[in-house]
Amino acid sequence: MIEFSTWDILRNLLLATRWTILLSLVSFVGGGAVGLLLLFLRISKRKAARAFAKYYIELFQGTPLLMQLFLAFFGLGLFGVDVPAWLAAGMALVLWTASFLAEIWRGCVESIARGQWEASASLGMGRLQQMRYVILPQALKIAVPPTVGFSVQVVKGTALTSIIGFVELSKAGTVVTNATFQPFTVYGLVALIYFALCWPLSKSSQILERKLNVAHRNH
Amino acid sequence: MTYIFDFGWLAEYYPQILKGVLTTLQLIAVGAVLGISLGIFCAWARALGPSWLKPVVATYVELIRNTPFLIQLFFIFFGLPSLGLQLGELTAANIAMVVNLGAYSCEIIRAGIQATPKGQFEAGASLAMTPFETFRHVVLVPSLQRIWPALSSQVVIVMLGSSVVSQIAAEDLTFAANFIQSRTFRAFEAYIVSTLIYLCLAILLRQVLVVVGGFIFPRRAAR
Repeated sequence: MIEFSTWDILRNLLLATRWTILLSLVSFVGGGAVGLLLLFLRISKRKAARAFAKYYIELFQGTPLLMQLFLAFFGLGLFGVDVPAWLAAGMALVLWTASFLAEIWRGCVESIARGQWEASASLGMGRLQQMRYVILPQALKIAVPPTVGFSVQVVKGTALTSIIGFVELSKAGTVVTNATFQPFTVYGLVALIYFALCWPLSKSSQILERKLNVAHRNH
Repeated sequence: MTYIFDFGWLAEYYPQILKGVLTTLQLIAVGAVLGISLGIFCAWARALGPSWLKPVVATYVELIRNTPFLIQLFFIFFGLPSLGLQLGELTAANIAMVVNLGAYSCEIIRAGIQATPKGQFEAGASLAMTPFETFRHVVLVPSLQRIWPALSSQVVIVMLGSSVVSQIAAEDLTFAANFIQSRTFRAFEAYIVSTLIYLCLAILLRQVLVVVGGFIFPRRAAR
């Protein structure tokens, strides 16, 4: 039997971490874009658009991410396309992330005082202009800490893509365990790598929140 | 698209689905009760406990909150046996859910405790209550009431997250869906059905928690 040193294990895990990071970034950026679109629908003046966004969010937040991954993986296949795992993983994570970000951002937009909408309307601004020049710049400041905090959930969410066969950190953990028979060490290291990715995000979210609160109190 | 949907397998396989639903419900019932209990203890330890306990609990909370549930599950189920601790798949799933919810609810409940007005602690002390009695009789219930909606959401999130316990062969709803799709090759239908059941369970669980909340907190908390 071949002997594996801890360094061999760690090196393989770190190589796979690239894919966890890449998938997290893609999901977060893609989810942010779709989430922004959903946000506009959610606070739109049209009833149908609001209802669509509401049910979309309810559906994606009310079902397991794992099921969404399965449905993306097998559902896309129904159209006769051969779906690679990375595509299904990316798509499901983007749609899932979007539903949470849209809801977080809606809270931020709604926390902006009504007077701001009225004042900008009285200056003859259209809905998009109001958002672009008045509401979003203010909402953005409130939105940063919870958004950074949610990015932790995205990184952790990517672990589920191992189940549909996307090779990232968790999958690498399983593969390495099967080769080395050292589950305790391997999964311990996998957990530590996830921790190293997520903890700085959690911490910075907390720090940003505290900073923002201080700024709020001085006003 | 030439695919024809076929839900005919439902007639034959509904007992599997039912069994899966029951397992999922059992997991979240145990997970919620023990997890919230653990969360209350940890929140007490972090907010009011002895100083040596605080960093221990803080480390536990940060470790759990910053690693995926799947890895926690694998660590408990595959990793711990090498320390001589062999667990069945349901036990491992239950432990993982309790440990996971414990960490998240600790942070939520702690926020509730910290929002308690200082006067409440002082009032308790002036009635010659020990700090623990004050916590137990004065602080705890209004703190829980304050954060009950957030705690309920977290319980629902953990219930949905429990779908990954199928990966260690615990026979929950997702396991049933996997089993059915491997027998019937009706993957999309099997997952659609179980997804809809999860959605119903989530809505139902939220309602149950509202009712439970009304039961535990019959009166409005004095502010």
